[in-house]
Amino acid sequence: MSTMNLRGCMTLFKREVHRFLKVKMQTIVTPALTAILYLLIFRYAMGERQVPGLDVDYFTFLVPGLAMMAMMQNAFANTSSSMIMGKVMGMNIYLLMAPLSALEVVVAFLAAAVVRATVVAVVFLSVLSPFVDISVMHLGIILLYGLCASIMMGGLGLIAGMWAKDFDNIAMVTNFVILPLTFLSGVFYSVKQLPEFWQQINDANPFFYLTDGFRYGFLGIGDTDPYASIMVVIGTSLLTIVSCWYLWRIGWRMKE
Amino acid sequence: MSALEIKGLNKVYSNGNVALHDVSLSVPKGSFFALLGPNGAGKSTLINILADTVLATGGSARLFDQDLFAERNWCKRQIGVVPQEVAFDPFFTPREVLAITSGLFGSKPDDAWIDHLLDRLELTAHVGKNTRQLSGGMRRRLLVAQALVHKPKLVILDEPTAGVDVELRRRLWGFMRELNAAGTTILLTTHYLDEAEELCDHVAIIDQGKVVTAQPMADLMQQVASSYLWMNYDKPLSLSEADTLALADFKPRVSDTGVCLQLGKLENGQSTFHTAYEAAVARFGPPQDAGVRSEDLEDVFLRLTKKEIRETT
Repeated sequence: MSTMNLRGCMTLFKREVHRFLKVKMQTIVTPALTAILYLLIFRYAMGERQVPGLDVDYFTFLVPGLAMMAMMQNAFANTSSSMIMGKVMGMNIYLLMAPLSALEVVVAFLAAAVVRATVVAVVFLSVLSPFVDISVMHLGIILLYGLCASIMMGGLGLIAGMWAKDFDNIAMVTNFVILPLTFLSGVFYSVKQLPEFWQQINDANPFFYLTDGFRYGFLGIGDTDPYASIMVVIGTSLLTIVSCWYLWRIGWRMKE
Repeated sequence: MSALEIKGLNKVYSNGNVALHDVSLSVPKGSFFALLGPNGAGKSTLINILADTVLATGGSARLFDQDLFAERNWCKRQIGVVPQEVAFDPFFTPREVLAITSGLFGSKPDDAWIDHLLDRLELTAHVGKNTRQLSGGMRRRLLVAQALVHKPKLVILDEPTAGVDVELRRRLWGFMRELNAAGTTILLTTHYLDEAEELCDHVAIIDQGKVVTAQPMADLMQQVASSYLWMNYDKPLSLSEADTLALADFKPRVSDTGVCLQLGKLENGQSTFHTAYEAAVARFGPPQDAGVRSEDLEDVFLRLTKKEIRETT
């Protein structure tokens, strides 16, 4: 008798998209502006210097990395803020009471996270396009890595939102987990510049593969072979989806 | 046929608190069913289990003859819940909230029905406002509209009139009566017992996670509710041993102003009014004033729940 609730899934997806579009100054303009400010600061700090070992100037090097950082942070923020706001405002009961399967809920949340991440990246790159030559070397790689990054971070945001009891908990995850991992993912430097020990540590950071692969899509250069990293990225994304599905299904920290 | 049949439902929270203990209930299809109990009795836990926001630790339930736990999503489409806590989505207008809720339940938003709900719940004038701009009472009415927007067959109202003014409360109940008359089963929890008595045709009282009684309202009032003869002497009375013995059949209670006697029925079905009155006059003389007072649901509720507390402590 149980049937799929595609309308419910689509409604939840639209709700999540409308939610961030209703506060677009906060959810789109501000993140894009922040990324542009980073870019300008590093541009003037680093001048015309080249990135060691990669034969590219810092400005060009930074653009895809910052776009990926903005995507990751916004995908995370979209799901985590929605979940925690739903908890605080008591709105999550409507998700729990609705005839939606765990898969439908997860798909809707992650799809909305992908949309927000994409919109932020497109706005960021569009604003920069008159000032920097943004080449696209491998569109498929860009789309794949962008998609995986949004799914992975949207999923982590969903899990963090389910775990958190208040906004403070979310801020803790953002500041102590997400921000360091994105900063250490090679957004601002080539990991080849790091000491051997930190390079090894970075090998275990999935965000590094996302940033590096995404950059490869634009510049055709990177610290790793993006084709070899694809399985890591897809595998981590799938693991995130399955984790979200399972945790929602058992009502983890949502149902008493 | 029952709209809802609950058997042996249990809920033990992770802190060991037993919220529901072997609860069994039958809510007849088309009934207006009052679920009453003191604070912490387990009413909201029961409702939350039905709404799937709390997980049961044992027992079974059938909704319109389908297994509630096995056919969760089908059953969810049949239920509309007005939660006790006011919850609102600060990003949307009432109309958007209703369209979203309808969609989440898998129904295409029915604009005519949404307009009707907004009208009946007196939200039409506020339809373009953000929910943040609504007053507490308006938000609560919006919750009622959200519960009804997908046209459920069972509506669960968890204290829906808290914070709603008297006039609106009357109109809300009028609307609920109409829905009930049209075949919607309504399960209501409220602390306004006079409203429950007036509206509901069935009642269950739970206390400390257990069902104290569950039956048609009329049967409960007939079987449990008593009538009292009060006699005013304008002075405190005390009962001597002889008084207590003479009035034992009427369970006399003295007060600062007189005495109160519980009335019953004689074998021929007549009230014991005359016997009680004459017995009291024989002991204390004619009163200055006297009258009969029948117990209402609140009296019955207090009596039953206090009894239950005594039995378990």
